[in-house]
Amino acid sequence: MKKKLLSILIASALLAALTACGGSSNKTGETITVLNYGKYFDPKAIKTFEKETGITVKYEEFESPEEMYTKYKAGSIGYDLICSSEYMVQRLMNEGEVLKMDYTGLENYKNLDSSILELCTSFDKNHTYALPYFYGTLGLLYDTTKVDADAVSSWNCLWDPAYKDEVIMMNSMRDTFTPALVSLGYSLNETDEAKLREALDILKKQRADDIAYAYYVDETADAMIGEEAAIALCYSGEAALAMEENDNLFYSIPEEGSNLWVDCWFVPKTCTNQDAVMKFLDFVCRDDISEINFEYVLYSSPNNYVVEHMDEEYREDPSICPPAERVEKCVIFTALSDEDAAVYSKLWQELFAD
Amino acid sequence: MRKFRQQFLAGPYLVWIIGFILLPLAMIIYYAFTGSDGSFTLANLAAIAEDSSRSAMGLSLELGLVCTLICLLLSYPLAMILNNMNIKNQSLVVFIFMLPMWMNFMLRILAWKLLLSKNGVFNTILTGLGLGRINIINTPAAVVLGMVYDFLPFMLLPIYNSLTRVRKDWIEAARDLGAGSLTIFFKIILPLTMSGIISGIVMVFVPSLTSFAISQVLGGGKVLLIGNVIEQDFMQGMQWHVGSGLSFVLMIFVIASMALVNQFDKEGEGTTLW
Repeated sequence: MKKKLLSILIASALLAALTACGGSSNKTGETITVLNYGKYFDPKAIKTFEKETGITVKYEEFESPEEMYTKYKAGSIGYDLICSSEYMVQRLMNEGEVLKMDYTGLENYKNLDSSILELCTSFDKNHTYALPYFYGTLGLLYDTTKVDADAVSSWNCLWDPAYKDEVIMMNSMRDTFTPALVSLGYSLNETDEAKLREALDILKKQRADDIAYAYYVDETADAMIGEEAAIALCYSGEAALAMEENDNLFYSIPEEGSNLWVDCWFVPKTCTNQDAVMKFLDFVCRDDISEINFEYVLYSSPNNYVVEHMDEEYREDPSICPPAERVEKCVIFTALSDEDAAVYSKLWQELFAD
Repeated sequence: MRKFRQQFLAGPYLVWIIGFILLPLAMIIYYAFTGSDGSFTLANLAAIAEDSSRSAMGLSLELGLVCTLICLLLSYPLAMILNNMNIKNQSLVVFIFMLPMWMNFMLRILAWKLLLSKNGVFNTILTGLGLGRINIINTPAAVVLGMVYDFLPFMLLPIYNSLTRVRKDWIEAARDLGAGSLTIFFKIILPLTMSGIISGIVMVFVPSLTSFAISQVLGGGKVLLIGNVIEQDFMQGMQWHVGSGLSFVLMIFVIASMALVNQFDKEGEGTTLW
């Protein structure tokens, strides 16, 4: 008897819970799990999406593309949509982990800047796998009290002994090789060992001449805010952060060209609800939502409407709105094969062997 | 029954050992001896002979030795002074030396970075007083400073422990028999505290040999130790096999210094504190 009563109780409680769920707003019961960088999507926008479509968004965050990779590969959560740097998207594409997207439902796809989409073809030939979300450049953050703007319009300032102990390079191999390769006139995707060695010689000389003060990654912004160095090689996002804290700092993309990075949305193999995902992506590309997210993140947006309507102050800031003629000269990193990665690693370690 | 219960209680630790010590170790060894295609190779171990790895290993050994030597030279006299104090003050001073260890060591290293950096606290004070500047940040000197600061207690405590075990009446007896201070030190105190010295040396040398975080922060990415090479192999170059190979070589160095300890420190008294 007791048992029966208990089961009735449980059953009615479950029923109540179920109806309670269905009762609120217009929930469809559909859920998508989205994985994105930390602080890279305005939470308000997610609420709006849930309200408009009735699709529940489980939103998760990560710090670095490598962390995302491990999280995704662990397989404990089936993600429906992920946003990450293009080199990591390429890697997952090569591993066959990325599904093709169906753009027919994407009404707002036309809002995206065609020149950025064009650049994306370097790794996603037919725009079938990756949808750009924000992009940025690699450039020079400099202290206007110590360096004039002319000097930083070329990468050559990084090898100038006048800035002894005043230059911060990056503690990541491809980024630090970029200025050396580009100033030699080579592609930043160069894999020929002889050419890489030429670049290495430049970097070695920079180190031997004591021009490089340090090789930082995350500490660059802090060091520049603290005015420890005159010029720093860094990404536009980091530069924007530093410029907010210190008015003497400004950002430049050297005229020889540089690296352009694109954070892209992609649909991983674990996706179970592509329709809902495409609705979400369409929502992300919408003008008003792009604007909300732009104001939240303050990176360069590929959405035309956002670029046309942003404040003058942002438009003149090359770290947020890079000049079109410089962007044209920028190149996206292509993923290295295992052998090429090994060559890079070896040369990178040689740089520090003295 | 009782035996079973005891084993049962050891269960969680057994899981811990298998999951977090033996399994990772097995994975490192597997990666170390295989190429990216999964076949057996010794090339990953041979990577230590490459110029860049060799110089990083050399620098690690050099800085490790310098750090250990400085720690020893600072700790031994200090331990003797401590030992000669009256009991009440002794525990207070030992407490003061232990105190920084309650704080996360990375935090303390980051603090050193702020102190030493170009526009840091030290340079602001020094230039304010017109005494010039110290520019050791992002050099091996700064890394050694950080290591000494972090690892000093690991040298001091074993030596101090072994010194407290040297009974005062033995020294008095030696003095009665006509031994001078130097003789007492070299014939009695030093041999009796050898185990403490050796375990102190290992406890400082091993972490300083394998450290990569201190060199990363205080070396500004310019001081590449073997730990940094391994870290880069894993995190940047995606060279897991080479990284594991180098880790394996490093482990051999660590095990060799441990074996050295077992030679001298049969009773394990120096390490009882830990």
